[in-house]
Amino acid sequence: MASSEFYGAGFPYRDFGKLTGKLIVLEGTDGVGRTTQVDMLRYWLEEEGYAVADTGLTRSELTKSGLDAAKSGHTLGPVTMSLFYASDFADRLENKIIPALQAGFIVLSDRYFYSMIARDSIRGIDKNWSRDLYGMALRPHLILYLRASVPSLVQRLIHGRGLNYWESGMDLHMADNFYDSFVAYQTEVIKELEELAREYNFVPIDADKPPLEIFEDLKRPIRLLLHNRLTRSERPF
Amino acid sequence: MLRPNDTKGKLIVVEGIDGSGKSTQIDLLYKWLLSKGYSVYFSEWNSSALVKSTTKLAKKNQAFTPATFSILHCTDFADRWENSIYPLLKAGVIVLADRYAFTAFARDIARGNDPHWVRDMYSFAFMPDAALYFRVPLDIAVERITGSRAKLKYYEAGMDLGLSDSYEESFKIFQGRILTEYDKMVDEFGLTRIDGTLPVKDQQKKVRALIKQILRDFEGLPNPDKKPIIVENPQAFKKRKKGGK
Repeated sequence: MASSEFYGAGFPYRDFGKLTGKLIVLEGTDGVGRTTQVDMLRYWLEEEGYAVADTGLTRSELTKSGLDAAKSGHTLGPVTMSLFYASDFADRLENKIIPALQAGFIVLSDRYFYSMIARDSIRGIDKNWSRDLYGMALRPHLILYLRASVPSLVQRLIHGRGLNYWESGMDLHMADNFYDSFVAYQTEVIKELEELAREYNFVPIDADKPPLEIFEDLKRPIRLLLHNRLTRSERPF
Repeated sequence: MLRPNDTKGKLIVVEGIDGSGKSTQIDLLYKWLLSKGYSVYFSEWNSSALVKSTTKLAKKNQAFTPATFSILHCTDFADRWENSIYPLLKAGVIVLADRYAFTAFARDIARGNDPHWVRDMYSFAFMPDAALYFRVPLDIAVERITGSRAKLKYYEAGMDLGLSDSYEESFKIFQGRILTEYDKMVDEFGLTRIDGTLPVKDQQKKVRALIKQILRDFEGLPNPDKKPIIVENPQAFKKRKKGGK
């Protein structure tokens, strides 16, 4: 496999052969509605006759229990957390995503490593270090970026699953309550994601709209990808 | 690459293939430094309480790939770095490490990972003040390990690489690859080579002479009661209590 399919060295000890599937990433911060959209997209693509696999952050068998335990305490340092997530990411990439792509599936990834770089950067992790670490990552065929404003995130989360500790960045001690902390933290996350959006060629989708409209906006670039008609600025490479 | 140590502490590490005798040497060094009244902390490779359950499970299920093996061992190191090694160095402690980043540079690359990728991953850590590389020829190290231990373990023998169906044969080939990587690092990182075939006492003499030089004019954190430093991980502690052990 040509190494340009990866951001860096990839997995140099393995030859994956030809990857005939398509890797589509849905990026966006907490509460932006990614999971809902992935579910709808999957249903739609399957109806269209495509084989679809989906995957999200921290769902790997390798690290799930260990990572949950680590996050429940207060001794998890930023570098350690970053590497823990990277182990999980590499495991899913190598054992789930790539095999699915070999088999010709469309893989819908609920987030990719970009969110992790954003989150780690706010916690003082050097961005160059993060980029090098994710040199094993495959370049997606399309990165859809759900872009929402903080007020719409707040509205969605308060009427949904609520504000939680990590999504509010409470570990950073930015404020004394979940709401102020959430606003301060997510403002930072969005700033980082905007920067990554330019660097990695995300296709922005206005996520302040109602879910069904977002869904229609997501379908358009996916259709173009599947018919090889994406423009240069919409392609990650 | 590794950063220079900008703390008041000193970082001393031992490296070498399995059976090189490095653990014996660092143990003797540890006791000697403690008896001299220094504040000393000892950190062992692959010993983070936070990461242990994950590593153990992956080894049991043989679920590692070379990449995840590499990242998870760095996670283990990072946890020890963030929770003990780095803060203790800042406090002026002498930190002794039985295996350090060079172990990853040797092993992970012997497993086929990209050398730059692995080196970049550890770039948050310091270049040690002393990096002692205990060098023994392959056949001697292999004999020491296979002669003294009941059974080689799967990853230890490099069985994941499919080098041979025999654990012993695979171990030999794998250790040979690691040895080659170590030898390459002598110049790259300026590792201090110590002949691991010499009698234990002679090796220790060399080690102490070297460390004396490094500790010349070193003040460090006082340790009048000559007490060892133990860093408890509260999460691991809680778990142990729950388990009733």
